[in-house]
Amino acid sequence: MMDVYMMDAYTIGLAMLVLVLAVWTVVARDSFAAVVGFVAYGLLLALAWVQLGGVDVALTEAALGSGLTGALLLGAAARLRVTERPARSERPGRLTHLVAALVAAGTTSALGIAVLALPDPAPTLAHETAANIEATGVHNPLTAVLLAFRAVDTLLEATVVLFALIGVWSLAPDRAWGGRPGPLHRVDPQGPLAFLARVLPPIGIIVGVYIFWIGADLPGGKFQGAALIAAMWLLAIFAGLSDTPRTDRRMLRLALIAGPVVFMAVGAAGVVIAGAFLGYPEGLAKPLIVLIEWALFPSLALTLALIVAGPPARAET
Amino acid sequence: MSFALDLFTVIAVAAGLVFFLAGTVGLLRFPDSLTRLHALTKADNLGLGLIVLGLLPQAADGKDALKLVVIWLLTLLGSAAASQLIARVARPGVPPEAPPK
Repeated sequence: MMDVYMMDAYTIGLAMLVLVLAVWTVVARDSFAAVVGFVAYGLLLALAWVQLGGVDVALTEAALGSGLTGALLLGAAARLRVTERPARSERPGRLTHLVAALVAAGTTSALGIAVLALPDPAPTLAHETAANIEATGVHNPLTAVLLAFRAVDTLLEATVVLFALIGVWSLAPDRAWGGRPGPLHRVDPQGPLAFLARVLPPIGIIVGVYIFWIGADLPGGKFQGAALIAAMWLLAIFAGLSDTPRTDRRMLRLALIAGPVVFMAVGAAGVVIAGAFLGYPEGLAKPLIVLIEWALFPSLALTLALIVAGPPARAET
Repeated sequence: MSFALDLFTVIAVAAGLVFFLAGTVGLLRFPDSLTRLHALTKADNLGLGLIVLGLLPQAADGKDALKLVVIWLLTLLGSAAASQLIARVARPGVPPEAPPK
């Protein structure tokens, strides 16, 4: 374990870069530049997680924290470009400056005090997890925690992205409701983007499914895999090779809710069979976890892609 | 034999680092977007390629070596497509990704 904490040049350099990029992202006045800084910051943060031995977290940070969130923020920055100039000419008053500085300083010191006050060694349930992992049938302790010991958290996570999508859709103008999200992408069919969108998806889909499948035993899982699948679909959409589906299609909506519905059904069945919500009966834990993962994977990929695709914008078919 | 392989690794990785250094200096010093892109591709293509080449003898088995090569190929694909797209936006007077007539 010692080498994990050993301070070498790489670790120190990485930590400094993360801090500098974080400050730069906050200080940058141009929102596009800030978003680019945020994406680079997320990728470096993923490297930092690898350095700490948290490969699962690193994958999530790279795929969702940096990748999909970055794409969302880029879209937002593009929409805000019109208001960028007037907003920049506004100078906040002295009182605003003072209050902002006080709140920021207060939050930072509260966080610093909280970190310094953490008990050493930190309280951990790792031993309990290791002792009980056999009962779940999976070998990746993180998957065991996420889908057996703390399955209710994962259920809420999978549901909250669905709520996020409903939130995005609710921004649609009335005339476009039920139509296709985002603009129609007209791109040179012989251009570099169309080329990339033809070559990359076969590889990306294999890697995405692999990351999802390996999640039971090694770092990986449905969220990271689904983010990759979503990215491949979005690439084909942005390159004009595919189009977003009409959001009033019944099949689409059923596919979106299928994952969470299966998860909740398994949870409700647990009340009757195992005596607790999301309780798994003896010996059936592994098949039920696999069932939930298989049901959530496509729903999550679809939901994540449609969140990035944006609110319905085109009423025509 | 292992000394020769180690020597090969050191030389190839050092050569790769030279390209990364040159690419970074170019990125910081060149006057416009197109020349900066040109500098960047040197780091991505040759720099990473030489580092991967140098690391091949150190890979644990053929599978790891193959993964290293695949990483390099994917980076080539990504950086080539991205720099084409950026160049089309940066070139004055040329519409980015003109739709077909």
